[in-house]
Amino acid sequence: MREFDYTRAETLSGAAGQLGENASIIAGGTNLLDLMKIQVMTPSRLVDITRIDGLRDVSEDGEGLRIGALVTNSELAADPRVREGWPLLSRAILAGASGQIRNKATTGGNLLQRTRCPYFYDTAMPCNKRNPGEGCSAKEGDGRMLAIFGTSEHCLAAHPSDMAVALAALRAEVEICAPHGDARRVPISELYKLPGDRPDIETVLAPDDIITAVHLPAPQADTRQVYKKVRDRASYAFALVSVGVAVAMDGDRIASVSCAIGGVAPKPWTDPEIEKALAGQTPSDEVFGQAADKALTQARCQPDTEFKKPLLRRTLIAALREATGLAASAPGVETARIPA
Amino acid sequence: MTKTFRMDEAQPRLLDETGQGIVGAPLDRPEGPKKVSGRAAYAADGLPENAAHGVLVRATIPQGRVTRIDESSVSEVAGLLGVFHGPKMTRNPAQGMAGAAPVQPGNEVHYHGQPIALVVAESFEAARDAAQRLVVSYDADADVITDPSRSETHEQDDPETAGDFEAAFAASEVTLDRTYTTAPHAAAAMEPHAAVAEWEGDALTLRGALQMLRFNKKELADSLGIDPEQVRILSPYIGGGFGSKLGIGPEAVAAALAARELGRPVRVVMSRQTVFDTVLRRTETSQRLRLGADKDGRLRALSHDDLVSNIRDEGFAEPVSQASQFLYGAEGLSFTQTLARVCRTPTGSVRAPGEAVGMLALEQAMDELAEELGICPVELRLKNLPDKNPMTDQPFSATRLADCLREGAEQFGWAGRKPMGERREGDWYVGMGVASAARSNMLIKSAARVRLTGDGAVVETDMTDIGTGSYAILGQITAEMLGLPVAKVEVRLGDTSFPGASGSGGSFGASSAGSATFLAAKAIRETLAERMGCSLSELTLQNGIARGGNREMPLSELVDEELVEEASVEAGDTADSHFSAGFGAHFAEVAVHVYTGEVRVRRMLGVMAMGRILNEKTARSQALGGMIWGLGSALTEKLTHDPRTGHLATRDLANYHVPAHADVPGDLKVVFLEERDDMANPIQTKGIGELGISGAGAAILNAVRNACGARVYDMPATPDRVIAAMDAAGF
Repeated sequence: MREFDYTRAETLSGAAGQLGENASIIAGGTNLLDLMKIQVMTPSRLVDITRIDGLRDVSEDGEGLRIGALVTNSELAADPRVREGWPLLSRAILAGASGQIRNKATTGGNLLQRTRCPYFYDTAMPCNKRNPGEGCSAKEGDGRMLAIFGTSEHCLAAHPSDMAVALAALRAEVEICAPHGDARRVPISELYKLPGDRPDIETVLAPDDIITAVHLPAPQADTRQVYKKVRDRASYAFALVSVGVAVAMDGDRIASVSCAIGGVAPKPWTDPEIEKALAGQTPSDEVFGQAADKALTQARCQPDTEFKKPLLRRTLIAALREATGLAASAPGVETARIPA
Repeated sequence: MTKTFRMDEAQPRLLDETGQGIVGAPLDRPEGPKKVSGRAAYAADGLPENAAHGVLVRATIPQGRVTRIDESSVSEVAGLLGVFHGPKMTRNPAQGMAGAAPVQPGNEVHYHGQPIALVVAESFEAARDAAQRLVVSYDADADVITDPSRSETHEQDDPETAGDFEAAFAASEVTLDRTYTTAPHAAAAMEPHAAVAEWEGDALTLRGALQMLRFNKKELADSLGIDPEQVRILSPYIGGGFGSKLGIGPEAVAAALAARELGRPVRVVMSRQTVFDTVLRRTETSQRLRLGADKDGRLRALSHDDLVSNIRDEGFAEPVSQASQFLYGAEGLSFTQTLARVCRTPTGSVRAPGEAVGMLALEQAMDELAEELGICPVELRLKNLPDKNPMTDQPFSATRLADCLREGAEQFGWAGRKPMGERREGDWYVGMGVASAARSNMLIKSAARVRLTGDGAVVETDMTDIGTGSYAILGQITAEMLGLPVAKVEVRLGDTSFPGASGSGGSFGASSAGSATFLAAKAIRETLAERMGCSLSELTLQNGIARGGNREMPLSELVDEELVEEASVEAGDTADSHFSAGFGAHFAEVAVHVYTGEVRVRRMLGVMAMGRILNEKTARSQALGGMIWGLGSALTEKLTHDPRTGHLATRDLANYHVPAHADVPGDLKVVFLEERDDMANPIQTKGIGELGISGAGAAILNAVRNACGARVYDMPATPDRVIAAMDAAGF
């Protein structure tokens, strides 16, 4: 760890005033501190925002919910309103990390966690995300966890968050506070930038922007929600592929689907073609498979990630079978209701 | 004076006569409360005054030479005390029982990740910072071989054979020829490797995380170029070893070098990444199994050829076919090993070297053969159990494998197993599998001292407890033998100033150190019998009272001043006349997701006969832990190497997937069958921990096949591989 200055901010504007080049916000620190210890991240200043008022609550916001940026993953997953109205979010959070980490990790921090590409973590290997222009070791390297959508020749890294996948499927928005402007809202799918030739720039946030909350729109009542995560062990592993879906039925037919996919892209991956292909259809493995195939036309794999194509297809089918009732009742499928 | 004993013939079963009921009882570990409350001092705990902190620096090329270590690159780090490197730095930990220094390569680099320097500073944080900043220049070799499948470096042994394999294979009515691969594994012990070195004049005291102190003392002395008598090693508590702490490691040698130079104690704790980079791993394997049988299921030919790897100049090669050489009989047997020399983290003993991966292949091949023949897999095994070691013709000292298979089938409900692919619950296929378990058993030279003070006793030996229960069982043996409550026996371990034992490895620690302790206590019994004026067979010791020759006397009166006996044990004629091994049978039920290929183990049963059980609780924990290792090797554990540099890409516990709680079924059960191995040692025990892993993974993979048709030839069976195998099987 390099030496750094530490500032404890009392207000948002105070925090923003301390941010800037080579400064970093710290909240839970579950990812940042690990990266600082191995000098993958070497901020010269940490701005602690955990004492700022107003960022710790989950509150009703019109018909939806406003989730403060400092709400921990454990608190959010256990919130009765979330479990009732947006069960997909609760399931996704509980599918990630461990109890200890979820107790510390925050909503804002979860969105901004860094990739788990092994070459990003190994300072002996070139990485464009660490040092732009240095090269990408993941190309032709060992890369089971890499992305297959939205990558560039400069970076193949995937975004590791489960929570963000659920938020994307639920069409959440991120509330951002800029130092000299009003708070603005950005849809979660527009928060992240694809790597292009600057994989070090991962979001649309300016250096002194602060995520203050996440807004969940009104619950999609009576949708059946599933988060299905496939990984290399049953717990405490990042997704090979994960699928979050909320399905509304109209009799025997699918009225609408909202869907996001994790473990496959530098951001929670959404593809309107999937949702279009499913709307109005009678559920069947064939229909689900065709929807997956639409999305897969955009996949770009290396030999190590070729498996993600059939796995994504099968995971999407499995999730949709559960959500549409084709699969015999499975634990983890829940119907969203309007919170009391 | 030390009483030495050679195991030349079967010994009376004294522990069945002493009648206290302490040996075998499921007693708690005496040190357990200390460990779970943080009061047990592990190697890195209890920092000496004025200690400095060292952090190892790794090489970042796969092969070549260090041309310059630029100390000016870290000169601005506050509190820096020095950068240490040079001819005494060791390349990797010593192999188990080496008793001599590991390779000291000077300025040569043999693998990416090799420790090449130690940075020492006033604080750990400063040392770590400097270690990351240190600029090292290399002269890197071109054309480095990091891929074990490249044949240029292959060294092949002559086949080990019995009978004529080729002729028997050709004459077989049904044959099978399959190749399986297993992934490299890490021991992944919870406690990272650590050392605290402190010199007093020419005398070195090292607090370390080490499994075999008698050998480690010689290895450390040899590495430093000093006399072993100048070295004392303390290792009273060890946070898991699994083979990774058998030999002295680079952290210990480097700490000792720096401490001598600086004239103050130095502590070195490896980071998790350094543990992965530097500590001996288990090799990847490629294994070709050829089985030939008659239609009635009698094996006629068995061949098991393997390819393993290690770095140059390292003497170890994973004994992959070890169990295949004695588990089943056949007219023709043949075993050939090929060793690839590659620039990767060196390989060594990781829990059950040989059986852990060899039985994954052998026991899947047996399952495939049973399917081919249309014979129940339990029956096929029962048909082929030899009555003596088929390679050496030695009779088995004790085997209850047939009983384990039959008892296990009964208890597990094997009769309810459905044909392949016929049991489905929702979107999950469900299936059952079986495998034999076998692990060869050893007695290693060991000494121990027992002191009887009247109403209490003390055991002293340099034996270690790596979490296995050595403190518990040595106390139980002594209490049983001396007629004391177990709470009145204090066990002191992990100090080279005590008599030298086997250490913990190869599952031989309990038998070896346990026998030495037993013999020392037995010598005390002889003295007590004399004092009671009765024969040894008349003497009864119970609850602190001695009885014999119509007399009864409290031990506290019989023993006026401390009675001390030291005994040592070593293997003798029985090791040649008989073949000793633990045997068992594993049963597994798994669910495989029809779409995603995820495997969930629903229940497992291991039925094992492993000689006398010294503590039913710690023995069970060992066996359960072994079975979980089997699960990991079958489904989740895999080190991966960068294809260009050979360096490890999986360098932490987030990427190296040991089974988590959610992977382990709640219904995980072990049944011990009563057994005494009279030829193994004077206490009739066998090794336990490694038998649990041997074959366990194969039972799971055979259950996967039964569930969904997927036969996964490349392990671990991660979802992608299960999907591909289901597709191949038309499921």
